[in-house]
Amino acid sequence: MSLSAILGLGQTALELALFNSLTVLALFLSYTMLNVCDLSTDGCYALGAAVGAVVAIAGHPWLSIPAAMAAGMLSGLVTAVLQTRMGVNSLLAGIIVNTGLYSVNIWIMGGSSLLNMNKTETVFTQLKAVLKDTPLAGSYALIIGLIAVAAVILFQSAFLRTKLGLAIRATGDNPDMVRSSSIDPVFTTTVGLCISNSFTALSGCLLAQSQKSTTVDIGSGMVTVALASLLIGNVFLGRKSIPVRAVGAVLGAFVFRLVYTIALRFNLPAFMLKLISSIIVVIAISGPYLRSQWPLIKRRFGKAGA
Amino acid sequence: MLRLENIAKTFNPGTPDAKRAIGGLTLHVRKGDFISIIGANGAGKSTLFNAICGSFPVDSGRIVLDGQDVTMQPEHKRAKVIGRLFQDPMRGSAPNMSIEENLVLAAGSGGWLSRASRKERQALRDKLALLDMGLEDRMKQPVGLLSGGQRQALTLMMATLSMPKLLLLDEHTAALDPGTAEKVLNLTTRIVEENCLTCLMITHNMQSALDFGNRTLMMDQGSIVFDTEGDARAALTVDDLLEKFRQASGKKLDNDRMLLTK
Repeated sequence: MSLSAILGLGQTALELALFNSLTVLALFLSYTMLNVCDLSTDGCYALGAAVGAVVAIAGHPWLSIPAAMAAGMLSGLVTAVLQTRMGVNSLLAGIIVNTGLYSVNIWIMGGSSLLNMNKTETVFTQLKAVLKDTPLAGSYALIIGLIAVAAVILFQSAFLRTKLGLAIRATGDNPDMVRSSSIDPVFTTTVGLCISNSFTALSGCLLAQSQKSTTVDIGSGMVTVALASLLIGNVFLGRKSIPVRAVGAVLGAFVFRLVYTIALRFNLPAFMLKLISSIIVVIAISGPYLRSQWPLIKRRFGKAGA
Repeated sequence: MLRLENIAKTFNPGTPDAKRAIGGLTLHVRKGDFISIIGANGAGKSTLFNAICGSFPVDSGRIVLDGQDVTMQPEHKRAKVIGRLFQDPMRGSAPNMSIEENLVLAAGSGGWLSRASRKERQALRDKLALLDMGLEDRMKQPVGLLSGGQRQALTLMMATLSMPKLLLLDEHTAALDPGTAEKVLNLTTRIVEENCLTCLMITHNMQSALDFGNRTLMMDQGSIVFDTEGDARAALTVDDLLEKFRQASGKKLDNDRMLLTK
């Protein structure tokens, strides 16, 4: 394998990690901060991809980004209303929205489960044209990914320090406290889910445009992949300040992608990705738990042995 | 200031488990009152607080707070003018957020998208220094690292930061060791007096019920059975209180915890 091939592989992995790290940042807000496991993530990711693709195909490449984010926000609103106003369990609300989005996404894509953007002007082709004949010509996708990730991290760092941001964190940290304070948990949960889902949709939109196609299944398993990345990032930078933790979440996406790329090098078939991500999530969540239980396990085992 | 007019609340109505927690209770609290409330377990003390805060709607009656009928107002709206402390020190603050973030959130000045300025944060730090617990040097530390007493003192500070019209204390020192409890209780009186707050305090300690505040209520089976203030209250002893309870409810006060802590 030549050096340029390895570099090319590395760059593609980097780009993919950047686009998907937006979903990781979305979960950083909903899962880590708001303490809601948003299972509509898969559908919302595909929603962003579908809306972005349709708007780009209609001839508005730059409009595709706000359109996808608005669609994501709407999806987050539905999930939030279901769990805060209509008595649906929060996990179930995510699953219901996720299932519904499957039909919605196909409807948005005009009844087809696949959209091709080979000849479509996207944000990527536009930037590619701008950067033509400059040294950065080959890194247009990387630049878009970096800008998007930097913007989202900056936004979150600033937002989570505002009164609303603090209120959202408190809602996830101590619901009892929020219930007896002047913060309306319905409001904070709704705002939190709307924002996080807009990032998920942005993530799907950018990935679809970078690979010039989208399918209705593009987001399948995304919530586990993103959760795995988030938890990996938590291992490194979990106890630091908010901006550092957000960077850690992105770092987690890179490490996950690296593990995945190495696994592929060892001739592990591509379809194993999702099993790997599931195993990483299990290790990341149950690892600390089992470690805390270890003295007990040892004692019980020792007793049985004696 | 606060008027409760004939409020009633029954849990699980129409079932064999139906429990009338409050029945036709009327209470008028004047501005600046510091009322201590005593009563056996299940007398309806906490339910009374829940009703005032709006944790559930009352079945009948009216609740008027500072001239405004709040009977049907949701909990978080009333919370703007009511500060509340629970027995459990863990309930009042967010453990994974720093002391400063908790205070900024409680101070609640400015709009949703506002951020605390350096000056505001310094002011919060100065206020925290008044607690004399050294917390002002730990502003960036997560609240989860504090002891129960420190956390309750912080919660007290948070509850009074926004100058509530009414402060409700639900056995807020019961989970603390005696030394810390005394410290927090003294802190409470200081803050209440300095800010001229109107305050209701549930306590299981008969002596502190008489020592603190200007008025004492005794509750039994969802109603107020004894209400005393002024000279009559000043002359009361714990034994008198127990006797009053026996007269009012027609039974002996069989609450071990209350007897043991007289």
